[in-house]
Parts: sequence; structure tokens; C-alpha cells
Amino acid sequence: MMPGMLAYIVRRVFYAIPILIGVNLITFALFFVVNTPDDMARIHLGAKHVTAEAIERWKVEHGYDKPLFFNPEAAGLAKLGDTLFVDKSLKLFVFDFGQADDGRDIGREITTRMWPSLAIALPTFLVGLLAYISFALTMVFFRATYLDFAGVVLCVVLMSISGLFYIIGGQYLLGKLWHLVPVSGFEPGLAGLKFLLLPVLVGVISGLGDSSRFYRTLFLEEIHKDYVRTARAKGLSERIVLFRHVLGNAMIPILTGAVVVIPRLFLGSLIVESFFGIPGLGSYTIDAIQAQDFAIVRAMVFLGSVLYILGLLLTDLSYTLVDPRVRLE
Amino acid sequence: MRAWLLLSALLLAGCNGPANSPYPAGQAGQNILYSAFSERPKHLDPARSYSENEVVFTGQIYEPPLQYHYLKRPYELEPLTATGMPRVSYHAADGRVLPASAPAAAVAYSVYEVRIKPGIRYQPHPAFAKRPDGSPRYVPIDPQELAGIVRFADFKETGSRELVAADYVYQIKRLANPRLSSPIFGLMAEYIVGLKEYGATLAQAVKDLPREAYLDLERYPLAGAEVVDRYTYRVKIKGKYPQFVYWLAMPFFAPVPFEAERFYSQPGMMERNFSLDWQPVGTGPFYLAENDPNRVMRLQRNPHYHDDFYPAEGEPGDRAAGLLADAGKRLPLLDQAIYRLEKEDIPYWTKFLQGYYDSSGISSDTFDQAIRIGPDGQPDLSPEMRERGIELSTAVRSSIWYVGFNMRDPTLGGLGEPARKLRQAISIALDYEEFISIFLNGRGIPAQGPLPPGIYGHRTGEAGINPVVYRWHNGRMVRRGIDEAKRLLAEAGYPNGRERGSGRPLTLYLDTMASGPEAKARLDWYRKQFEKLGVQLVVRATDYNRFQDKMLKGNAQIFEWGWNADYPDPENFLFLLYGPNRKMELNGENAANYANPEFDRLFVQMKDMANGPARQALIDRMVEIVRHDAPWVFAYYPKSFGLRHAWVKNGKPNLMANNTLKYRRVEPERRLAYQAQWNRAVWWPLLLLFLLLALAALPALRAYRRRQQAAAKA
Repeated sequence: MMPGMLAYIVRRVFYAIPILIGVNLITFALFFVVNTPDDMARIHLGAKHVTAEAIERWKVEHGYDKPLFFNPEAAGLAKLGDTLFVDKSLKLFVFDFGQADDGRDIGREITTRMWPSLAIALPTFLVGLLAYISFALTMVFFRATYLDFAGVVLCVVLMSISGLFYIIGGQYLLGKLWHLVPVSGFEPGLAGLKFLLLPVLVGVISGLGDSSRFYRTLFLEEIHKDYVRTARAKGLSERIVLFRHVLGNAMIPILTGAVVVIPRLFLGSLIVESFFGIPGLGSYTIDAIQAQDFAIVRAMVFLGSVLYILGLLLTDLSYTLVDPRVRLE
Repeated sequence: MRAWLLLSALLLAGCNGPANSPYPAGQAGQNILYSAFSERPKHLDPARSYSENEVVFTGQIYEPPLQYHYLKRPYELEPLTATGMPRVSYHAADGRVLPASAPAAAVAYSVYEVRIKPGIRYQPHPAFAKRPDGSPRYVPIDPQELAGIVRFADFKETGSRELVAADYVYQIKRLANPRLSSPIFGLMAEYIVGLKEYGATLAQAVKDLPREAYLDLERYPLAGAEVVDRYTYRVKIKGKYPQFVYWLAMPFFAPVPFEAERFYSQPGMMERNFSLDWQPVGTGPFYLAENDPNRVMRLQRNPHYHDDFYPAEGEPGDRAAGLLADAGKRLPLLDQAIYRLEKEDIPYWTKFLQGYYDSSGISSDTFDQAIRIGPDGQPDLSPEMRERGIELSTAVRSSIWYVGFNMRDPTLGGLGEPARKLRQAISIALDYEEFISIFLNGRGIPAQGPLPPGIYGHRTGEAGINPVVYRWHNGRMVRRGIDEAKRLLAEAGYPNGRERGSGRPLTLYLDTMASGPEAKARLDWYRKQFEKLGVQLVVRATDYNRFQDKMLKGNAQIFEWGWNADYPDPENFLFLLYGPNRKMELNGENAANYANPEFDRLFVQMKDMANGPARQALIDRMVEIVRHDAPWVFAYYPKSFGLRHAWVKNGKPNLMANNTLKYRRVEPERRLAYQAQWNRAVWWPLLLLFLLLALAALPALRAYRRRQQAAAKA
């Protein structure tokens, strides 16, 4: 790695620290504007026989008995330091997420649940990218013919249908009517392949419309440029022109959209995982918000921010790979 | 074509049965019950767990001393690990033994003595594993050894030991452990002698300990729970509290071995989610062999389970229903029960119809497919369900839903005549027959008072109707007409919904947590009901926390609320209307803040009485008082509907017992045959699809060739 690029990465990592503190601060403030620690205790203690003492004891036990941002009873710097915010935030920066309010270890939960999410998201992403680019290039190849027109119509139709429809429709056809794959479920390892087919297929098809249309536009923009005319003038076949020259030059916008999502593939998809019974991270944050489990919400928002920043960094780095003119310094 | 072959190979990989079977091939034909959970349980520690979805598991793993008879109705307690029902003695303040008939006021404390059966053993568990010298195998655990342990099954050595009385006492002490925040600590501290003080002692003790360090409860004696001998223990209760025996049938009072707590308190255990909350240790018919609450929870037959046999007697009709076919058989009848996480109703229902789940509830989406309402208004299975041999069971739950009035509200509250008439008018106007039909698909019966069917004191027929809202006509109850409600409203000072004198329209406020499209229809229904009286209803929707806050501060006016029985005793419902138990200021369960001196006096009298004519007379009077005062609109008692396949046996709904899995039986061969019949793979649509794709590609291919040739020519 070039020293200039290394310095660039280090600089970007340092930039990330204030961003993450800011994100954490906002999450913290927003969460506690809506909920008080008393509310959280009440949710966790259930609906029956909840007494004021029980709420107090729950707060003490879970460390929610301190002031949020300012502790007037503490001395000196501890006025700011001995608070809920500092207490609950600092450990995040070393990825120590602690325990959820129900006692489960958040770090372990994330490392366990990210694999099923990845098992769905990664093939969906890769197969999808391949399918969308190929389909878009095919439409561009047949541009201004009835095939291109039919492709665009198909894309618009696919775009107009709700994602939930693909899921329910897929489960109905392949699972319920034709009995080809299980309707839902998950198993780790090779035994789980039969469970992955349907969600991956649904994931790819549901994204086909808008992604292919987007890529088609990118390619159409490229196809009128000078280098394409030159390539054709050299006598290259249209296939070579499209798949080698146009695709290569359209990589920057493709990477901008694609690489940034790679790190976040771990986080999974709420609806897909919910309908297909995938034990991934997709619903972890939503469930935590509903259960008012601040420990999880904070950890997941922090992780999401880190992965997003990482995605942006990777995107920048990937530009240098596809375009030698880009220098990161 | 290669892709097609690969796809087929993948689909067929590892499955000998139907291609859409969600289970490993090795499980086919095994004695396993398949079920699902929609929300992962939060706590499996018997001191903490209180939710219905948790007790599905804890009820099978932990064994309190008592249980409910599986078949008999009304619900009846019987010994489980105990040799008999607890021996109860009543004592005066000086310790003198009083007769059982002694009035509650004279009783200073009661002693419950429980003797358990010898020879009961715990499930296999690493906490009991021992080294050759007799010391615990995994306490203290070598950090290096722990580093290699990822799943609980990685503990290769397990052990067991005999259940002793001290384990029950240990669990009672755990209820006061501040680290556990037991939901019943507050309640039990009111009854068990010394438990409140014990909680304070433990709170002090944990302050001086690191967060995960073992808190040795043996070092702290509890005055209200003592071990008499190896198999006998006593619990001391303040005053007279006959309902305490019902608590002895709940997992809160199940035994917990101290070894387990010591084992789980070691460093590194919590990080691996190894705790009593996630890896329970019990003596029950099943143990939790696999706990992945994100995917699957598997209960396995406990190899050390004690002698326990299917009941030989039940209600009339049980024999004819085949519920006594297994009488005398050793329990449990299943080898395993596998619960998979299914968050959505649609996949669950589809899999149930495919035979991959053994039983199912009925959601509102699937109701029409599953149930037909007969001409007599009674629900029955649809022909499609009948064809599959599916069976329906229904039961009225021991629960009530009601619309409460805040009795501290200046407009609606108080025991004055005008406010009472206003409440009575609203009680008539809210047509719950219509509500049940529209929103519950008929799954409920209109409530006539605070006591649901199945609870002692509930009356049926003409004697059971709420005369304020209904009248008895031609052998059936009929809701009073809206004219009567309007008359009451006028007498209350609001003729045609306008305040007499000022002429201002009467506006009332419904506070609710409900939101979203489903709730909208229901809230519109409420508005419509009030409109019948000419009264405007303003809905104040809010989130759970704000709603709780309003209730605590007494700022709500009208609200919806419900209650599930903890135990089948009228005290557990009537205390919801007991004055000193009000929600406002005191955070009790009397959400309406109702206080009627006569009702309160009768409640104190009734709660300690044994069931019998004298108690029934008091209950009748209390019910009459609340019907007249109308602090609640008694809405409905919900009905639960359950479906199960023909291969599932002994499925009698028991809404009190939570350890019913041991009675269930399945016929795996029959299930296998049905699954094969219902799930034949249909391949032709895929072939057709590929054919169509190929046909569509042909013109494209031709066009491509033509273009290439044109380019070459050019």
C-alpha cells in the first residue's frame, strides 16, 4: 500500500471518531427524550404487580439510576463523567457492547446473528449485481428495439410491485403450491441451502427492476462517448465493446452504489428475515426499540455508523482500483 | 441445463422426504412434537419468567410442588413433586395454633409445610458434574477450558443429584435477589414473613460484590422459609392467605439447585449467554437441550424424570373424546418438542397446512379459511380443514377485557347518582355482541361481571346476567335498548348528549395505546357507539409509556384494559376493584381507582374464605355492587381457538396448567404419511418457465446474430 493511501486511511479513521461520538449523542438524546429509565423498567418488569420499588431496583441493577448528562452530586470532572451517557458510551469505542437488558451478551448476539444475515445478503448481493448488470447490458445491447422496450416495461412493472408481494408470492408458488422449497426456516451449514434458495431468488427479483434501470441509464450515457466510437471503429464486436469497455468505464458509479452496502450486508433485512424465519440481525434493532432495550439500540446504531463509514472508505479505495487516475492522498 | 441440474441437486440434497420439508431427514418418523414461537422468550429463570410465551418452556422444565389436574374441571390442584397437599396451620401472634375456622383477623401467620417425594433427580447438567474426588468438575472452571467452549453442549461432562427441600427454599430466597428483579417480589414480600427485609439485606450484600460474583444465599437465612428435613420445608405467611397454594403451582416456587447458580456465576459465563435465564436446570419431564432463541428451542425428554403417570379420571365426556386412552401410561409421552421461531403468521399457517407444525392458533387472516360459523352461531371447522382431519378445540379463557372509567374523574367518576347513570348508559350503548362479531370473529362472550367462566363465583343463566345492561327474555339474555340508555343519560343530566342547562355537548375521552390501521377500525367503532347516545368521543392515542403515566397520575378518563388470571380464584379478579389497590398514587392493579366501602369490606371478608355457599353469597353481593356502580363496562371474556392435526392426541385445553406438554402424544407414522400426501413436488411449472425463457431468448439470439453480421458487412 502506498504511504499516501495509508495516511489517507488513518486520517479518515480519525475523522470517524467525532462522527461516531455525535451519532451516539444523538441516539442517546433521542432515545431518552421518548423514554425515561422508569419507562424502560416498566416494560421489562411486565404488566403485572409492578411496584415503585421494583422499578427503582431494576434501574439500580441495570445502571440506569444515574443522571443522563450532568451529575450535580459528583465532584469536579465526575459531574460530566459519572453520568449515564459516559458510562454507557465509552465502552462502545472498543466494541464492548455489554449486556442487553434481558441479560444476553450483545457482542455474542451480533456475531451469532450476522452469519445467517450474511448467508442471505451476500448471495443476493452478488447474484443480484451480476443479474442486474447483465440484464442492463443486454437491454443496452438491444437498445431502441422491441427487446429493449420490453425490458424497460418489465423493469417498471417489477419496480411497481411491493417487496412484500414477492415474498408472499414466492412462498405461495414455490413453497405452498409447488412444494419445491420450505416456506421458511434456516439451518446452518450445507443443510441450510434449501432454505436460502427462495429468499435469495426473491431478493434478486425484487431488486431487478430499479437496479437494472439504473445501470441501463449509466451504460447508455457511456455508450455515446468517444472511446466507444473508437472501439467500434477498431472493429471490435458490440459484445466486447459493451462488456469490456463500457462496463469498465461505468464502474465508478456502480461501485459508488455497491461497495458502500457491502459492510452493511451483515445487518440483514428486516422483512426478508422476518418472513423467512432467518435468525439474522435484520430485526434485532426493531425488536430492541419495541422492547425499549437501549443497550441494543445504542450498540446497533453505533455498529451501523461504523459500517457505513467503513463502506464509504472502501468505496473511495475501490475507485483507485478501477480508475488509475484517482489518487488518495 | 447445468444450472437446472445444480438447482435440482441442491433441492434434493439431504432430503429423502418432501422437497419442502423444513426438517432434517433424520427426524422423519420420530416421536417429536413440532411447534413454533413468534417472540423469543426473555427470561427462563423461574424467579423472573412471568410471560405466557416463557412459561411454555419453564412449565415443562421446572417442577413446583403442586400442579393442576390435567383433565378435571373446575380446575383442581394436586401434588406434583409433593407427597400430598401442603399441611397448613394457623397461628396467633404468640405462636399458638388456631383452628382452620379461625377468623382472618385472629391469624398472625400461617405455616405451609410441604413434603416432597424422595428420589426425584435433576436433569443432566454440567453444574452437577464431579471430579473423582467429589469436587465440582467445572467450579472453578479453567479459563483456558472455557475459552474452547462456545455452545452449552460443549460441556462434555454432566451429572445429576437428588432434589431436596433446600432447593425450594433456595428459590424462595432468590425471589428477593435484587439482581433478578423478580416480578412477584413486591407481591410476595407482602405475604412471606421476612421477605421484604431479606430483599434489603441482599441489596446491601450485592453492593459489596462484583457484578457477576456468586451471591451465596446460604449465608443469609430467611425467616419465612425454612428446611425442616431433607424432604420437608415450611413457608411462613403473614396472616391468612389461602390463595398461596395456587402460587405453589407456578414456576416461581420451583426448586433451583444452588450448584447451578454457583456454576453460572463464574467469569466468562454471562458473555456466552450461559445463565439460568438461558440454560435452565430442572427436574421436569423435559430439559432444554438446545436454546437458540433466534431460531430453534428444543426440549428433550429428561432421562432422570421421576414416576409420573397419565391421569385415569377426568370430566364426563373425556373418555368418549379419547382423552383417557393413555390413562396410566408413564409420562412424558413425547421424546422431544421442537419450537421454531416463526415471526409471521402466513409462513406458520402454510407450514401447519403442510403438516410441518402439529398445532396452530387461528389468526384473523386465516379465520375465514379455517372456521365456518354455523346457523346456530357456533363456530365449526371449514370443509377444507375437515378434509385434512384437523380438529378444533375452543375454550373460554380465564381472562376479562373491560373498558374502565377513571372513578376520580370529575365527569364520569365517583359514586354519585348522575355519574353512575352516565356510566350505566355507556355500558348499555357499547354493543359488545357486535364488537365480538366484527373484531374477534366470534371468539369471545359478552362479559356479565368481573368473574369469567371457570372461576368460582361465576354464575350462568338468568342469575348470571348483568341486569344493568341485559334483561332475560324468552330464556335468553337480551341487551337493553338504546332508549333505556338515553333515558339514563338524561337522568344523569345529559339529555340527548347535551349538558342540562348550558346545552354544551358532552365530550368524553378514550385513552388508548392502540394505533395503526387495525386499531383505527376499532376506535371508529367506539366513536359510533358513543354517537348512539349523542355523546362525542375523542380518542387520545398514546404510546405505552405515556399511557402508563396517565394511568398512574389518574389523568385518563376512559380506557381499555384486561386481566389474565394468575390462579382460578375469584380473589384474583375482585382485587382489581378493591379500593386500597388503586392504580392512582399506589400503582396497584385497580386501574379504575374504584372504591366502594361496602365492596372493600366484603372483599376483605371473602378473600380468605374457603369456597362454599357463604363465599358465593358474598361474591354475588360484590358482583351486584360493581354491576350497579359500573366502574367498568364489562366487555368480553376472550375465547381461544386451537387447531391440531389428527395425529396429535390428548389436546385438551387447560388454561391454568402450564406443564401440559408431558401429556401430549403424536403418531409420527401417520404424520409422515400425511406429509408425503400433502407435499408432492410439482416440477412442471419450473420446466415451463425455462421453456418460456428459452423461447423468449430465441428472437434475441437471432437479432444478435443479425446485428453481428450487419456490423461485419458494414
